Amino acid sequence: MKKKELYKTLFTSTLYLSTFTFGGGYVIVPLMEKKFVDDLGWLDQDEMLNLVALGQSAPGPIAVNTSLLVGYRMAGVPGALVTVLGTILPPLIIMTILSYIYMAVRDNVIVNNVLLGMQAGVAAIIVNVVYNMGSRVVKQRKAIPILVMLAALIAGIVFQVNILWLLFFSALIGAITTVWDLKKETDKEADQ
Amino acid sequence: MIYLQLLISFFQVGLFSFGGGYAALPLIEQELIHAHGWITNQQFIDILTLSEMTPGPISINAATFAGNQVAGIFGGIVSTIGVTLPSIIIVQILAYFYFKYSSLTMVQGIIQGVRPAVVALIASAGLTIFMTAMFGHSDWPVAFSEINWVSVIFFAIGIFIMRKYKASPIQVMIVTGIAGGIVYSFI
Repeated sequence: MKKKELYKTLFTSTLYLSTFTFGGGYVIVPLMEKKFVDDLGWLDQDEMLNLVALGQSAPGPIAVNTSLLVGYRMAGVPGALVTVLGTILPPLIIMTILSYIYMAVRDNVIVNNVLLGMQAGVAAIIVNVVYNMGSRVVKQRKAIPILVMLAALIAGIVFQVNILWLLFFSALIGAITTVWDLKKETDKEADQ
Repeated sequence: MIYLQLLISFFQVGLFSFGGGYAALPLIEQELIHAHGWITNQQFIDILTLSEMTPGPISINAATFAGNQVAGIFGGIVSTIGVTLPSIIIVQILAYFYFKYSSLTMVQGIIQGVRPAVVALIASAGLTIFMTAMFGHSDWPVAFSEINWVSVIFFAIGIFIMRKYKASPIQVMIVTGIAGGIVYSFI
């Protein structure tokens, strides 16, 4: 495929996926798999899974990270920039328009009532997300993640500790346990 | 220089949100409400509401919306660039090392460690949203008489249809939005 056509396909694919996917990373990733693995045949299933795992290992939105990786894999840095542009343009345009509509109608009584109702809906969505994520941590049945979660909860809510400190300390604990686990594995291999 | 401030603030939000869209919430709350006072608690919830109903990642939606509220169209663009820049830089560095060594054990170990803390941080931001929905504000202490019972019922319906019928967030928003438009207009 010619370079120009490749960029165009990268751009239109990510633009399309980003325009019609509601609900963030966990919804868009399976659709990306379908597009790039099944439809275009650019990547095989394993490679796509690796890119998804890689995208989740970096900060930022999973949808942006994963499409960026596909672009990078197919066409290097320019490819990555093209796919990022395709992914962020639709929300950028839609939210800009909405932001002006919002300013114009926020004080309308009916709009206010609808948003007041939705506020309870948003609260339910967040509580549900926290419950799902929290139970995944608990189900691992490992002491350290559960303790980190509880400690961060108390530190964040009761003591209002800065978020960056909480992330830093939990990352440190993650690094230490990884080194520990690797050491245990090599010791085991040495014993055999 | 408001544009530079927006760029830096949203760069931080992008840089420290590990684990998908909702992980950005506590950072947005800290930066935009507490550190700069750019948006109110109510606007924060409105942003989240609109994000649930529009395509795209929450942090991009929030950046565009808040940037527009603070400094117009250019503010929205600058904020969106700010929140995306860390991804563009870090993901490519990670990709470089990954394709070179095809292993990221250490990076993934650190992410594993951060994940439980991220759950706690989302819970903390969620508490603000929950309190505002139930009591109309999120400052302690709250009085029992302040409870909005309509909101309590809507919340329960939302949880019920998600857990029992696997309703998507957008369906929950539609149901509670229509119900709110009707019920609050008649009481």
